[in-house]
Amino acid sequence: MVALTERMRAVSGESLRLVFTLVRREVRDSLRDWRIVVPVVILTLFFPVLMSFVADIALRWVAKYGAPIVGDRLLPFLLMVVGFFPISFSLVIALETFAGEKERNSLEPLLATPLTDAQLYLGKTLAAMIPPLLAAYLGIIVYLVGLYFTKGWTPPPILVVLIPSLTTAEGLVMVSGAVVVSSQTTSVRASNLLASFIIIPMALLVQGEAIIMFWANYNVLWWIVPFLVVVDIILVRMGIHTFNREGLLGREIDELNVASLWRAFRGHLCWEWWFFGLDVQKMPARLRWLGTLGGLYGRDIPAILRRSWLALVVVTVGLVSSAFIGHAYAARYPLPPEILGLEHISAETFTELPAVGWLPNFTTWGVLGNNVRALLLAALLAVFSFGTLAVALLMAPLAIVFFFVTQVAHVGYSSALFLAAFVLPHGLLELPAAGIATALAVRLGATFTSPPQGMTVSDGWLWALADFVKVFVALVLPLLALAAAIEVHLTPFIVMWAFGG
Amino acid sequence: MIELIGLTKQFDGFTAVDQVTLSVEPGEILALLGPNGAGKTTTVRMLAAILRPTAGQAFVAGYSVTEHPREVRQRIGLLTEHPGLYLRMRGEEYLDFFGRLMGLDADECERRARELLARFGMPEAWNQRMGTYSKGMRQKMALVRAMLHDPSVLLLDEPTSAMDPHSAKLVRDSVLSLRHHQRAIMICTHNLAEAEALADRIAIIRRGRIIVLGTPAELKVRLLGPPLMELRLTRPADGVVKLVSGLVGIKAQGEDWLRYSTPNPQGTNPLLLQTLASHGVGVVTLSEVPRSLEDVYLRVVVEE
Repeated sequence: MVALTERMRAVSGESLRLVFTLVRREVRDSLRDWRIVVPVVILTLFFPVLMSFVADIALRWVAKYGAPIVGDRLLPFLLMVVGFFPISFSLVIALETFAGEKERNSLEPLLATPLTDAQLYLGKTLAAMIPPLLAAYLGIIVYLVGLYFTKGWTPPPILVVLIPSLTTAEGLVMVSGAVVVSSQTTSVRASNLLASFIIIPMALLVQGEAIIMFWANYNVLWWIVPFLVVVDIILVRMGIHTFNREGLLGREIDELNVASLWRAFRGHLCWEWWFFGLDVQKMPARLRWLGTLGGLYGRDIPAILRRSWLALVVVTVGLVSSAFIGHAYAARYPLPPEILGLEHISAETFTELPAVGWLPNFTTWGVLGNNVRALLLAALLAVFSFGTLAVALLMAPLAIVFFFVTQVAHVGYSSALFLAAFVLPHGLLELPAAGIATALAVRLGATFTSPPQGMTVSDGWLWALADFVKVFVALVLPLLALAAAIEVHLTPFIVMWAFGG
Repeated sequence: MIELIGLTKQFDGFTAVDQVTLSVEPGEILALLGPNGAGKTTTVRMLAAILRPTAGQAFVAGYSVTEHPREVRQRIGLLTEHPGLYLRMRGEEYLDFFGRLMGLDADECERRARELLARFGMPEAWNQRMGTYSKGMRQKMALVRAMLHDPSVLLLDEPTSAMDPHSAKLVRDSVLSLRHHQRAIMICTHNLAEAEALADRIAIIRRGRIIVLGTPAELKVRLLGPPLMELRLTRPADGVVKLVSGLVGIKAQGEDWLRYSTPNPQGTNPLLLQTLASHGVGVVTLSEVPRSLEDVYLRVVVEE
């Protein structure tokens, strides 16, 4: 055991030594590139001094008009700006890491060293991160020192911790994202084009942070730090999973081969005939559809659900959490009892539902269309959010249901009866269908961070998409249609029977 | 030392390397020849554990390239097609960086680096920024990088392509000295004269498949037929043809010369000379008509 620990320590020490050897070279190389050094020096030394000067003038100006609050808010805001500007350079360095080396033909010798994929990825990420981050800290210090000596201003202690934390988290997100982009493209030009996927969200985030800074509710900004850390963990995981030497060297042109993608998708979409062990080929032609259906429902869909087990667990946990959230909010924000007069419910209550703007027509097609639209939107959002927004979208209605289940209990109704009458008749079909569709949507997003073993990201994603399409059409849609019919034609009668006057 | 067993690599349905089986023993130099796109670089990249084979297996210095890629990379020296130097670094920094990645300590790395730079006739490169190097210096620096950790296996892609004749000779001498130190060396090249001068065996690869493999002499016999001898005489050849036609097959003749081929020159030539001498025919020269590796290559690659 002691020997094993010693060995592990030696291995991790050796591993870190290799990473830092790479980091040292990369940092040294960056510091010799005037295109990086000049802007960083300007943003680190000149820009914070300029900001101190601007802040000084602005404070005097707003004081003349009796609006000192603007000045009070401006100083912390500029603190955030002087930290963010140098860190934005990490993006330039990171985008260039792999794509730039490939263009200069210096990547192959590096790939032929004993560095592992993770060491290469980590070394490149740290190297892109360290100089801009140090520059950002220096910029913050220069700005604060300048303000201290010119205005005697010192920031609230919370800002001294918050702004560097926020700057670090933002830098990490930009670098991790940019390294992923750089390792998946063939040229710096392609990297720069794809960088908009990082720049646009970051620009929106910084604008949001600016609003919060002027609002001066710094506690809200604290929530952004863990959010960015989670995003960063996802991106690093994605980077390590999608990084491979072969992809880096093998990819010569960024060509979108639609025919090849379609072939791969169609391949994943197909399934084998099966019908209880019978030889479908020998069955009469008019009965072979049994093999098609048997293969789909007897073999393929169960296999898809088995390989989606982790996503199903995530969705189940999300749904259970949403029930707790709904329950907790109901306890915190009780509704007036008169709103919940269930004995007044009649057939008209249901037919008048569309009067509430966001509810669908209370017909089978209306309810089905609404549910299908919501689940497809969830799938689309899942693609852009690593699967997270799909779960959130499913959690919201269930949290509302449990909010009302708890509310009716507070005003003296039976919550079990409420659930049984309002939700269960159609929910028994609708909820599993929505849960399964959401789980497959989660896979659509999660594939980017962790493609199935032996598959590229694109192939893994096409596999997940084919699974989603098959299950949605063959299982989810029929269940939702049946649930919609029950919701429209049966649930109102059960509700009126249980609660109606 | 290097062993390839049915090594295959496919990219999106395209087979770049197809069922390649060969081996390179310690102290042996194998030249891998072939037209552009034949699969040479892909083969080398698989041996360097950069690309993963689609099928088959390869062992380098006793380690499987798929099971132990890190150990493989520790034991190879790879000279890539392009030198791929970091041009803002000085030679010293560059070699120190790669030496450390290969597990050398600073002193050992400096000693090896200086020794190799001196051997390749560019000790001044130690302190110079690599951006200022000539094309040949860059190529030599890349070779120094590949040899720095004294690897047991060397994979060299076009080792002398950018060099002047003197530098190329230094590199060839260095490669030959490595053979004496029992290193297994695989060279990919288009320079057929160099391959012939260096290689113990030649493998010609085309469309991913090894189409011929053997020593240069074996390949010449196999592909160009038995050695062709040229006999120059002191008198017209017409009268002599009758004398020797029973011993050898005459391929061509001129006024005072004739050419014949024989699968066994060691046995045939002395007999032929004896016959001529006994008939009082004077011989000016008897020599083998040179046949280059280029002839072999063109026969294999073009005619196929």
